Amino acid sequence: MKQAMKSNAMILAIFALGCTLLVALVDMFTAETRARQAEQQLLNTLYQVINPSRFNNDIYMACQYVTDKDLLGSEQPQTVYTARQDNLPVAVAITSVAPDGYNGNIELLVAINKDGSLSGVRVLEHQETPGLGDKIETRKSDWVYRFENKQMTSDKDSRWAVKKDGGMFDQFTGATITPRAVVKAVKNTMMFFDKNQADILNHNQSCRGENG
Amino acid sequence: MADSSTDTPNVNPGDETNNTVDTKPGEYRELVWQGLWKNNPGLVQLLGLCPLLAVTTTFTNALGLGLATLFVLICSNATVSAIRQWVPKEVRIPIFVLIIAAFVTCVQLLMNAYAYGIYQSLGIFLPLIVTNCAIIGRAEAYASKNPIKQASFDGLMMGIGFALVLLVLGSVRELLGQGTLFDGAHLLLGDWAKGLTIQVVEFDSQFLLAILPPGAFIAMGFLIAAKNAIDNRQAQKLAKSSKPKEIERVRVNFEG
Repeated sequence: MKQAMKSNAMILAIFALGCTLLVALVDMFTAETRARQAEQQLLNTLYQVINPSRFNNDIYMACQYVTDKDLLGSEQPQTVYTARQDNLPVAVAITSVAPDGYNGNIELLVAINKDGSLSGVRVLEHQETPGLGDKIETRKSDWVYRFENKQMTSDKDSRWAVKKDGGMFDQFTGATITPRAVVKAVKNTMMFFDKNQADILNHNQSCRGENG
Repeated sequence: MADSSTDTPNVNPGDETNNTVDTKPGEYRELVWQGLWKNNPGLVQLLGLCPLLAVTTTFTNALGLGLATLFVLICSNATVSAIRQWVPKEVRIPIFVLIIAAFVTCVQLLMNAYAYGIYQSLGIFLPLIVTNCAIIGRAEAYASKNPIKQASFDGLMMGIGFALVLLVLGSVRELLGQGTLFDGAHLLLGDWAKGLTIQVVEFDSQFLLAILPPGAFIAMGFLIAAKNAIDNRQAQKLAKSSKPKEIERVRVNFEG
């Protein structure tokens, strides 16, 4: 009995070792490609919100972490990417969170030009209702493009709301909470940039360390 | 995932007769028939319903999950069959689970590296292939009793059977929900597939029911009903054509 238990345990351990080895090998083998995929994905999104012809720095490395629970919607540090043309800042892209979506957090990438106007907005991740709230995706509708070139005159700018609340952005049929949350988060992100502009633009250290 | 405990025992009672080691010419044909139709993991065994229903919102998603499951099923069946002499009966289940989990993790890493788009749209359902009882069911019911060749072939057929159900469900739901076919195929197949998307009908708004999970259940119900209807008709035909023979034989017996 004891003998059987011992040998079974041995066999189990050997298989566990073998399987772990296999996974470790595949992990090692694909690590570089996976990292490149994630970077490429991020760059693709960044290029969508800030036209790549407008800057010439390595925007992937030009990043910094910021935290502002009230304006960026999360206690987690968010990332700011700074686009520079010949070392002069042109625009920044800030990740931020809309905490009051219909179904959990909506993660956004908000690109703001140096003059404070919007360069573009993209939704990075969300769990809104398919067919209703998911019109914030570019795949489903062109709604999110309407943020482009919009400006904010003051913190109390009443146009920064959905039409139902007297603002300038359309809501969706059957879904008001989602666009309301996105509009509010974009507005807050712009306020954040307005408040911290000097700090952000003068920051020169990369969040990815010296050698990336 | 809830199906894991209730469904595993009903795996394939027909397999008990199949566990002979020598290869009969009819055996492969039987495996094809079992995997694709008679014992289809999606339609008959009703295994792995969770990913089946959740992922089939579009054809592309269905294809991605179908291929991933197929790959895992072949690999796990082959491995389980290869090691069947050395695995004691008492610890076979944990060992099968280990093997399956290892392959699923590998598939996940590979998809993350080489098919990032589909990796993102499959999301949590890719790692959840581990809990697909069709896989452990095949390992336990067939692969652990048969040689590598047959076991791999069984994995291939069961995988294709499962993938076909996924594809049919995916196409139907995509067609009803968004009026398109092959939308997002480039996520899986590369940029050349961007032109594949066909806008079959144009809707003003999406048909929500088809996209949401209830639509999956309803479509799945129709699929099963269709399969049963075909089977019934087949059985009736068979009964009709074999009836005269029986009568003849009876008559002969009486006269003789």
